[in-house]
Amino acid sequence: MIYREAGQFRTTYVADQRIFPITQDRVAMAMLLVVAFVVVPAAASNYVLTALLVPMLVLAIAALGLNILTGYAGQFSLGTAAFMSVGAFAAYNFQLRVPGIPLLVTFVLAGLVAAGVGLVFGLPSLRIKGFYLAVATLAAQFFVDWLFTKVAWFSNDSPSGTITAQPMVIAGLPIDSPARRYLLVLSIAAVLALAAKNLSRTATGRAWMAVRDMDVAAEVIGIPILRTKLVAFGISSFYCGVSGALWAFAYLGTVEPQAFDLQRSFQILFMVIIGGLGTVMGAFLGSAFMLLFPLFLNWVLHLIVRTELRPGLLSQLELVFFGALIIVFLVVEPRGLARLWQITKEKLRLWPFPH
Amino acid sequence: MQGKVPGPVLLEVRGVSLSFGGVHALREVDFHVSEGEVCAIIGPNGAGKSSLLNVINGVYAPGAGTITYAGQTRRAMHPHAAAAQGIARTFQNIALFKGMSVLDNVMTGRALKMRRGVLWQALYWGPAEKEELEHRGRAEKIIDFLQIEHVRRTPVGRLAYGLQKRVELARALAAEPRLLLLDEPMAGMNIEEKQDMCRFILDANDELGVTVVLIEHDMAVVMDIADRVVVLDYGRKIADGTPAEVRANPEVIAAYLGVPTEADERAVAGAG
Amino acid sequence: MAFFVEVLVSGLLAGFMYSLVALGFVLIYKASGVFNFAQGAMVFAAAVTYAGLVSLGWSAWVAFAGSLLAMVVFALATERFVLRPLVNQPQISLFMATIGLTFVLEGLSQSVWGSEVRGLDLGIPDSPLELKGILVSKFDLVAAGTAAVLVSVLAFFFQKTRVGRALRAVADDHQAALSVGIPLERIWALVWAAAGAVALVAGLLWGSRLGVQFALTQVAFKALPVLILGGFTSIAGAIVGGLMIGASEKVAEVYLGPLIGGGIENWFPYVLALLFLLVRPDGLFGEKRIERV
Repeated sequence: MIYREAGQFRTTYVADQRIFPITQDRVAMAMLLVVAFVVVPAAASNYVLTALLVPMLVLAIAALGLNILTGYAGQFSLGTAAFMSVGAFAAYNFQLRVPGIPLLVTFVLAGLVAAGVGLVFGLPSLRIKGFYLAVATLAAQFFVDWLFTKVAWFSNDSPSGTITAQPMVIAGLPIDSPARRYLLVLSIAAVLALAAKNLSRTATGRAWMAVRDMDVAAEVIGIPILRTKLVAFGISSFYCGVSGALWAFAYLGTVEPQAFDLQRSFQILFMVIIGGLGTVMGAFLGSAFMLLFPLFLNWVLHLIVRTELRPGLLSQLELVFFGALIIVFLVVEPRGLARLWQITKEKLRLWPFPH
Repeated sequence: MQGKVPGPVLLEVRGVSLSFGGVHALREVDFHVSEGEVCAIIGPNGAGKSSLLNVINGVYAPGAGTITYAGQTRRAMHPHAAAAQGIARTFQNIALFKGMSVLDNVMTGRALKMRRGVLWQALYWGPAEKEELEHRGRAEKIIDFLQIEHVRRTPVGRLAYGLQKRVELARALAAEPRLLLLDEPMAGMNIEEKQDMCRFILDANDELGVTVVLIEHDMAVVMDIADRVVVLDYGRKIADGTPAEVRANPEVIAAYLGVPTEADERAVAGAG
Repeated sequence: MAFFVEVLVSGLLAGFMYSLVALGFVLIYKASGVFNFAQGAMVFAAAVTYAGLVSLGWSAWVAFAGSLLAMVVFALATERFVLRPLVNQPQISLFMATIGLTFVLEGLSQSVWGSEVRGLDLGIPDSPLELKGILVSKFDLVAAGTAAVLVSVLAFFFQKTRVGRALRAVADDHQAALSVGIPLERIWALVWAAAGAVALVAGLLWGSRLGVQFALTQVAFKALPVLILGGFTSIAGAIVGGLMIGASEKVAEVYLGPLIGGGIENWFPYVLALLFLLVRPDGLFGEKRIERV
């Protein structure tokens, strides 16, 4: 009833090319933004802000990056966390060694450094495809792990390789309260999400998807394969680098190299799969899901099993559930939560009629 | 089509040979195509027709011989360079990007014409938006031309085979090519669809001034739309001329159209 | 010089251990086109089941049989609930499903058997044997011998038997294999069970070397460079690849490591494999992929 396109005619290409061509979608998005930027920081508790929303948004940025690389460009990568790590350590070192450098510039530079590393590890992608490429990206993962632990310069000679991020200040305003951290991360996430969406609907995104779907044909049309893949690696790593920097500065405050290990890469991969490969919304849905689901599972298990469990058993059962959930998603809806949302919207358009 | 005055030579294939291991796909093939012509390449299966197209647009490099296109002679060419010089093609087994919509597929055909860099596109404002809209307009013209507006947002993988072939043609035309290479554009279509495709190809040739080289098995189609026919058999060219000339050529008849047996002759005599 | 040869030999023999794990990957990939990320978890689960059964008082052979049975059950369940619903899905989906399987297996085995470290005694002494003036570990020799036997049996099976041929057909194209009447489900269950058996053997050997602990799942990560070098579909390649990785890793650790700071064995095989891939994108023995337009 409400979600009807009747009477909405798009008479210009401008109108048709919009991200949200349907008026109701635009309204919904505007409302969402108002809630996110105004209502939540005022109403949400500090716990929700710092322990749920901030990590969710930070990881969503990394998920956006992986989505660009694997979802749009079809280059399978297991090294996501390595690029986050590069971003975190780069941001730390820039703040440490360049006095007076503005915070946002640090983040951008950290992203660029990560992009550079991404380009290097993306070079093999011209010759190597599929699983071989995935295994090659593992090389990045392990190497970066080792580098930041062993080479003391990166962590300013800290014995364990752990770094403590400097406090954040933008234009004289300290970003210390949970609400401010949240708003900072939210803004960056929104900007990067918009950029990703724009890229996906212009020539770059089409080139990525062409390379993903049939690279031989893409080459024949004139799309430069190596450049397209490298741009994907670069931009994706930029996003991961910014995410890593935010993880260090806006979320935890300290970073040990293990924070960006293979488990983290898998976590982000699952976000993208469960959220929906090849969609911007999927990155956010997947991130929310991956962070909320363990809490939910915890709560359910506590309800079912009243007695005191052997310590660790809970996390092991969680592991089983997660694994089973991944398989269920792959079988039932391989295009993830974003696709489920799309189907819901299509049903809404018809509601209350069945078809 | 008769009565066309041939323009200057656009494509010249000279002495091209191509082999894969022990298989000789092409043996010293010579022919030329004039600008504005529709040239059909026919021949039995395995005669080397697709390989010839692949050599022309640079997917394969011939072992011997040269290709002269738009005045430039070379042996090998990167497919990317071929595309940049205005050669577009379609493929025997549809090479569309199955995950993208029809509109997006056609837009990829304009990939070489889009200039604005990544950062502008991420911003999608000002120059980038202008460029995107301009190319959208051009793509829509082609979509109109080939009458696929009704499926422009449908993911290509979901379309019927005949429509997919049309989308592939649209993608090729979107690049505004000088030379269009079509590999069996009507394979698997019924009579109606074939007639539509013939019309589109002729219109493209007439209105858009595209030179067409197409591989085709249906002799009726070839007779109808081709200005010139080149016949290949086992990698060698065995005839070259107007459709009427080729049809009367005894070698072609023997190789391709079949030598009449006694039973055939009796049947023809009986029916006449 | 003798020291170098010792390092080399011990590396080669360690390589056999890697090959054992890689063999499980190759089996499954060769026969179902699935890259089974859960192989490492299978090694761990098999080893921990054996150690658990032994600690319950079962004798070695009965425990072995019991663990084997557990792996067969796992194979059947995997075929029924994971492979069958995902038939003819793109490889990437199947790969991600095996990542899910990894979690399930890791969680299950730890829930059932607990997460403490267990020892595993196979009765094979780790004492050194002297051969022509070089010290070689008896244990390594037994591992190498086991791997060699397994490989020969499996290679023969794939090449010479009817079932082996059917397996190769299945790996090529699921739907085509189905349409000629090959019973996909039985084949897959069979192959995964075989891979489970291989995982059990690998688990026992690795477990007695490292102790049965969660870190055992990480041996799979050592096997991946082996697969890159040897190709994903070659049984012989698993051996050759294993030898190359084992030897180069050991030599690098001893001679290169102290120069850079040590601890390089985690990434060195990967970088090696990566460089190798740039020259031979399909591995040493892997099938060349031909893309037609």
